[in-house]
Amino acid sequence: MAWDFETDRPIYVQLVEQIQLRIVAGEYPAGSRLPAVRELAAEVSVNPNTMQKALGELERMDLVRSQRTSGRFITEDVNKIRMIKENLAREQLARFLEQMQAIGYNREDILRLLETLPENETKGEETDGHSGM
Amino acid sequence: MAILECKALTKRYSTKEALASVDLKVEPGRIVGLLGPNGSGKTTLIKLASGLLTPTLGQILVDGRVPGPATKALVSYLPERTYLSDWMKVKDVIDFFADFYADFDRVKALEMLARLEIGTGDRLKTMSKGTREKVQLILVMSRAAKLYLLDEPIGGVDPAARDYILETIIGNYCEDAAVMISTHLISDVEKVLDDVIFIASGRIALTSSVDDIREEQGKSVDTLFREVFKC
Repeated sequence: MAWDFETDRPIYVQLVEQIQLRIVAGEYPAGSRLPAVRELAAEVSVNPNTMQKALGELERMDLVRSQRTSGRFITEDVNKIRMIKENLAREQLARFLEQMQAIGYNREDILRLLETLPENETKGEETDGHSGM
Repeated sequence: MAILECKALTKRYSTKEALASVDLKVEPGRIVGLLGPNGSGKTTLIKLASGLLTPTLGQILVDGRVPGPATKALVSYLPERTYLSDWMKVKDVIDFFADFYADFDRVKALEMLARLEIGTGDRLKTMSKGTREKVQLILVMSRAAKLYLLDEPIGGVDPAARDYILETIIGNYCEDAAVMISTHLISDVEKVLDDVIFIASGRIALTSSVDDIREEQGKSVDTLFREVFKC
């Protein structure tokens, strides 16, 4: 996953979203240790204070916890991660439905279309969607 | 306490006013972008802070003191144009810095140079412009300074070298130090800045945090800059 930022929203907000995405995608597995703020900031090429702010936000959401001496860890609460994953999926779905409605597709039309779509095509679109996020 | 403070700071070159009654504070731990078009007074401000120029009126304080030998020990300055002679080898400039600055970390500099596969026997003369800029930045960032003043650090280099330079800055400044980066290449530096100072014709046009600009105006610093400085 590449780190991409929109230019018109605060970077820390986008960092929170993108780190969340990496957690639910398993790139940062439950219970794993996060790199140090500075390292992470350099990897993403953002200001360390901005990264700190984003991690603070994730801590408030109980997705990340900090252990005074050994650093920051992703939560071990897999249920919580699953819940966030589900929420993200619902958001995506709502957006998708909205766009389909705009071009005149209702639920049945969409389901019918999904049935006719060959398996490998769906896969291709999934990876496309991923790299675009 | 502010690491850099300007009070009604004014600098005139004969009749031309380069800075006009500038009031400014830079706090430790912040990365600040000094942004303005060419000729707006960015370099003058940085040279005043590094003690290379003296104010015509008003005051500039570094760590509470008027610039002098004591503040020069705290300030790591990257000039827009190189002051290193091109007959020098990398090991000469390293000795130079180690000699001049008590806070210079030779090991750190050597490690960064080795990572770029720059040999200590390499001569500055034979290096590309981009490589020379990287060498200078490595020297400047290998000091444990309280204030880093970087005048156009990404000016004349390609986008890949820009990324390297910005990563080196955020990866190496001391956490309780402040970094001031002057540039007109705003979209490139925007991500690494905490705060911005817009300077126009020697006057401060705006000071803000980058988050506030994005949050309150819903636009990037680059977009705002283009609006403020529209020709």
